[in-house]
Amino acid sequence: MIGLEHYLGLASALFVIGIFGLFLNRKNVIVLLMSIELMLLAVNINLVAFSAYLDDLTGQVFTLFVLTVAAAEAAIGLAILVSFFRTRGSIAVEDVNVMKG
Amino acid sequence: MYTIILFAPLIGALIAGFGHRMIGDKPAQYVTTGLLFLAMLLSWITFIWLPEGTQHIQIMRWIDSGSVQADWSIRLDRLTAIMLIVVTTISALVHLYSIGYMANDPQFEPESYRPRFFAYLSFFTFAMLMLVTADNLVQMFFGWEGVGLASYLLIGFYYKKPSANAAAIKAFVVNRIGDFGFMLGIAGLFLMTDSIRLDDIFAAAPALAETQLHFLWADWNAANVLAVLLFIGAMGKSAQLFLHTWLPDAMEGPTPVSALIHAATMVTAGVFLVCRMSPLFEYAPAALGMVVFIGAASAFVAATIGLVQTDIKRVIAYSTMSQLGYMFVAAGVGVYSVAMFHLLTHAFFKAMLFLGAGSVIHGMHHEQDMRKYGGLKDKFPVTFWIMLIGTLAITGVGIPLTTIGFAGFLSKDAIIESAWAGTNGGAAFWALVIAALFTSFYSWRLMFLTFWGKPRGDKHTHEHAHESPNVILVPLGVLALGAVFSGMVFYGSFFGSHDRVNAFFGIPDHHVEATEGATEADHSEEAAPAADEQAADTAAAHDHAATDMADAGAHDAGAGTAPEGAIFMHPDNHTLDDAHHAPIWVKLSPFVAMLIGLAFAYWFYIVNPAMPKRLASRQKYLHAFLLNAWYFDKAYDFLFVNPAKALGRFLWKFGDGKIIDGAINGLALGIIPWFTRAAGRLQSGYVFTYAFAMVLGIVAMITIMALIGGAN
Repeated sequence: MIGLEHYLGLASALFVIGIFGLFLNRKNVIVLLMSIELMLLAVNINLVAFSAYLDDLTGQVFTLFVLTVAAAEAAIGLAILVSFFRTRGSIAVEDVNVMKG
Repeated sequence: MYTIILFAPLIGALIAGFGHRMIGDKPAQYVTTGLLFLAMLLSWITFIWLPEGTQHIQIMRWIDSGSVQADWSIRLDRLTAIMLIVVTTISALVHLYSIGYMANDPQFEPESYRPRFFAYLSFFTFAMLMLVTADNLVQMFFGWEGVGLASYLLIGFYYKKPSANAAAIKAFVVNRIGDFGFMLGIAGLFLMTDSIRLDDIFAAAPALAETQLHFLWADWNAANVLAVLLFIGAMGKSAQLFLHTWLPDAMEGPTPVSALIHAATMVTAGVFLVCRMSPLFEYAPAALGMVVFIGAASAFVAATIGLVQTDIKRVIAYSTMSQLGYMFVAAGVGVYSVAMFHLLTHAFFKAMLFLGAGSVIHGMHHEQDMRKYGGLKDKFPVTFWIMLIGTLAITGVGIPLTTIGFAGFLSKDAIIESAWAGTNGGAAFWALVIAALFTSFYSWRLMFLTFWGKPRGDKHTHEHAHESPNVILVPLGVLALGAVFSGMVFYGSFFGSHDRVNAFFGIPDHHVEATEGATEADHSEEAAPAADEQAADTAAAHDHAATDMADAGAHDAGAGTAPEGAIFMHPDNHTLDDAHHAPIWVKLSPFVAMLIGLAFAYWFYIVNPAMPKRLASRQKYLHAFLLNAWYFDKAYDFLFVNPAKALGRFLWKFGDGKIIDGAINGLALGIIPWFTRAAGRLQSGYVFTYAFAMVLGIVAMITIMALIGGAN
């Protein structure tokens, strides 16, 4: 029987993969966006799992919200990427360090 | 009317000080002088028609905080009235004199300096009046500091001269030492009596004499400690021995200032303080002993220094210090009225000597060295006569054993007789007699060097020497009247029979009862005169005293009432009467001393002018010792000034330069940049670094929450 802890285990595994994808990645900004999506999905799995476990639909409603926001964010991120590429000619993470102090 | 006396000088000072741009130089001088003459007139009216008893005229409520209650009010009694006429008269005449004396001063041209001078003078007068009219100690302290400030400003009036600035600072700093004692005294009195009002303190004085006070490291008699502390304040202001070094240097100020502040009024504030606090001092025998000792020592030391000084103003300055010593001796032996008598007469003749010297200095183009004078009798006919009168007054010329003589004759002889009576012919008496001899010598030396003999020094200066204008000579003439007659007129009031002195100072007669009173009845006797408000005649006083003595047993010593009268003499204090019954040789001694001094001066400076130089070279060390004023300045430089400077330099170079500046510099140039560099290195600019930091932060926060249990 698949219980709550399995879902939570999967979700935290996905979340940690997302984190590591975020800061181990030195190549591509698109991978960053994907990692963020992964973390959001991990959160969604958590929400749905708890929603089912507690028999409360609010969690699943929240999931839909998160999905919407994630889609919007991905669209904006990609748009930034495109314009970034046009100005800098590269989307390598190493090149994106204008904020260096 | 009393308020006008008090505030006329202040208004004058404000108008001259702040308004001279609007009204001009000359009107500023005339306004201040005119207001001072108004104050003088009203003061004389006050003095002559003085109301019975002690008046308290409230000007405003001043301090009302907890148990401190001090009104700003005028305490009007005989003591105040004497000081009022002294201060306003001398001040008005000095104002008038200054119009002439300060008329042209090349070092300030074209700058406007006269209104500043007159504003300071008037401000000084105001502060001095605040001091003498004070009804509580804090008000007196205000005046005390006000005159100190005015003195500082006026000594440093020629601020372009570094020596004047140094002298001003010295005067201020030395006075600060005395003021510290005064402040401690006020605080101590407040601690012991819970009041700063003079009446309350006087009432508590008998109780204080029986109280022990823990101060520094031991228990002391409260009255003695407090009186000594107050006297230390008086020593500073009155330039008594050990705190006197500022007075000769204060001669850097313009001569009218020396006459007003450093001869006639401010320096007598200490004497006034001791007389004003006589109800306390009478219960502090040890403090009175100290007053006598310091006074006699000052009189003697200053007189010896005066023998060899060559600067005309310094001679008179040391003479002032010496005469102040006389006054303190009189106060110390318990004859406060005589101290005030000498204060009054001294104010006239010393101000006159100073102003006369100023007239000579003015005519001699600011030459102050007496060795460069000589033969000025014909050049300065009026000034010569004035100075002669002043010298006759200070040396005490009169007809022995009568009350006919110049002012100094009567008051100084009164002091010497009192000193004989008060110390049973002790060292203080002999110190004063010898000081009288020296006084006569240096005063006549000044006269002989200045007005007799052949002209010495710069020929050009002597040819252009000229008598001063009338505006300078008129005040001198008025002061000369005072120097001649003030002694004879006031002799009876200050040093006459006990009854006359008591009547003059408004003291109810309690002397007769005191002689037969038992010791435990002492307190009741103070209460008795207080109850006796009318003090109509002796018989009535007797009756009142008798009835009051009956129920005096129930009286608590601490809850006594303040003694009536401007000064207070303890019932056991018979010095005044003893002085009257001094033997003839005692009464003659100052006169003989004066004659000997005159003879020596005549021999040294007229008959045999080479004599002083020979004597000086034979007694080289003694001469140098006296010329350097007993090396007090050198000793203080060695003991206090140089260590203080060394400490200052250490704190400046090491404490401030190394530690404070070093710490600031180290922080600003070392630590802060290191932090900024470290913080700058954190900002890699890579997004993943920030993300990593964020995650680490979250992890840390969750860990902490898990460990300490979160919100629970």
